[in-house]
Amino acid sequence: MSLVIAENLTKVYGMGEIEVEALKSVSFRIEPASFISFIGPSGSGKTTLLNLIGCLDKPTSGILKVADVNTSDLTRKKAAAFRGNNLGFIFQDFNLIPVLTVYENVEYPLLIVQNIPAEERKNRVISLLKTVGMIDQKNKYPNQISGGQKQRVAVARALVTNPRLVLADEPTANLDSKTAFMVIDIMRQMKEEFGVTFIFSTHDPKIVSEVEAVYTLQDGMLVGKSQEEGGRHA
Amino acid sequence: MLKLFKIAVRNLLRYKRRTLLTSSLIAIGVMFVLVFVAASGSFKYIMIGQITDSMLGHLQVHKRGYVASIDSLPLTLNLSAKAVEKLKKTIEDSPEIEAYSPRIKFGGMFSNFIETTNIRVNGVYPENELATVPLFLSRIKQGEKSIKEGEILIPELLANGLKIKVGDTVVVIATNRDGSVNGKQFVVGGIIESVTGPGGRDGYMHIKDAMEVLRMEEMEISEVAIRLKDFDKLNAVSNRLDKMMSKELNKQGKPIFDVRTWEKLSPFYNVARMIDVMTLFIKLMLMAIVLVSIMNVMIMAVFERIREIGTISAIGTMPKKILSLFLIEGFSLGVFGAVVGNILAIVIVFLINLVKITFNFGRQSGLVLSPSLNIDDILLISAIVIIVSVAAALQPAFKASRMEPVEALRHV
Repeated sequence: MSLVIAENLTKVYGMGEIEVEALKSVSFRIEPASFISFIGPSGSGKTTLLNLIGCLDKPTSGILKVADVNTSDLTRKKAAAFRGNNLGFIFQDFNLIPVLTVYENVEYPLLIVQNIPAEERKNRVISLLKTVGMIDQKNKYPNQISGGQKQRVAVARALVTNPRLVLADEPTANLDSKTAFMVIDIMRQMKEEFGVTFIFSTHDPKIVSEVEAVYTLQDGMLVGKSQEEGGRHA
Repeated sequence: MLKLFKIAVRNLLRYKRRTLLTSSLIAIGVMFVLVFVAASGSFKYIMIGQITDSMLGHLQVHKRGYVASIDSLPLTLNLSAKAVEKLKKTIEDSPEIEAYSPRIKFGGMFSNFIETTNIRVNGVYPENELATVPLFLSRIKQGEKSIKEGEILIPELLANGLKIKVGDTVVVIATNRDGSVNGKQFVVGGIIESVTGPGGRDGYMHIKDAMEVLRMEEMEISEVAIRLKDFDKLNAVSNRLDKMMSKELNKQGKPIFDVRTWEKLSPFYNVARMIDVMTLFIKLMLMAIVLVSIMNVMIMAVFERIREIGTISAIGTMPKKILSLFLIEGFSLGVFGAVVGNILAIVIVFLINLVKITFNFGRQSGLVLSPSLNIDDILLISAIVIIVSVAAALQPAFKASRMEPVEALRHV
């Protein structure tokens, strides 16, 4: 059973009197525990597609099913609940909450979104911080750690809710090569360990060389798919 | 919820200077309102105390129609002896009443045998009068502090005008209700200070002397002044007394008695009302200050944290929790401002009491302003500030909760 099913997915943005077709009849399927990437030049529709899969936006037409749920039918509240329980997000700019410590940033979705009991919450946060190598920095605030460390915290935050799918928009764009590979390794490790599906939108060849499949978007259309046979670690 | 509070407080501390400025503004506003309420309340209660405790009493009962003609002190509108007995019984059966004083009021001529002028006189039972208006004795500026038979206490202005001293002999001449004129000699027993308000420049004599001047065979009373045990129960007692007394009807089937509180008898009531209106406007100004400052801060907070709102929304935070987060920030600002404002107000009120500020009112001087803060005012002002703070945060908080995550994340 595919985790993501997109059929003739179209997204049109109205910009005054002009309409811009960001996605044009895009169809694909993504299986569970995949490690895949959407690539393409700026304006090709990568971020739009990730926003649709992440239930942050709704398609203009077509069918989009994520974890067997037709996301077009979700109300604001249901979409928020769906995101909180099934999806994880990693952003290019890390988007950590500046007033919370590393520990609290990872704890936030369990506490505010999922209402997980304190003991379980603590175990999950500590375990993930150890996995991403940030346990020693748990009491620091985001402005006290480096970009790579921030992204590792962001990975932990995305995974702490045990999501089925993690969406990462240009996750390595603000990182140096060494840190980028480290973060990608952590994500791959998470995928192997927990069977989480990772979908990236990226320009970064480092990610492209690591993923199992690459979908190429151009002018809002899906123009190709290349199987990387498990990437570098396959 | 506790966690949301923690995040909200940290968000406020993120912009320390702005938070400090806003909460200082609220605290200063709260402080000014509370100090004003305390000081104006003290002024008002001193004045009410002066008026009720030195001449009016808390309540007065007259024959219906008397108050409308009170300037001419009509003897024909006095309460009959029978009516007075009924009234006395009702008063003595009322546990809330501490004391009462029947008075015969009349106007007459007053002469020191060289000059003559007119005078308004109250004939009273000294014990009853002193129990009903306990500050009366303090108004006696010269002479023995008592009202004895055969003596008259004359108002200060009259004494000055006619150059009368304590111990002088004077004569009071009055027309009784039948139209016959009678006079009686008195020794000036004392000179009393005039006070602002009706009856504040009247002379006093023993009620038996008043009856003699007016040749009354049976005592007919112009008014009965009443003092309550608890001034705060004024309206309740007044209403109850009025209800009971309204059962007593005259031959025409109309009520005999007219029960009035001091408020309906003294023009100072309008000053007291003005103080209340001013207090209300000051409270409205405080509400405006809190509303504008909190709204300003919260609008800025939402604008500056659009991407952050997008992030927490993307990771699944429910709109109502985002709404709560910003409302708690407004609430926390209001609580902080109110608490600091209350502390400042308590300190300032304490200092005012320490310094002992004096003021004059009418002919009374050296009255000491003794402001006090009561818990009701503190709670009311704090509640107003906190409610307005939350209300001011509502619009920005609602905006934040309704933000589309995809647009918020795109915000630069």
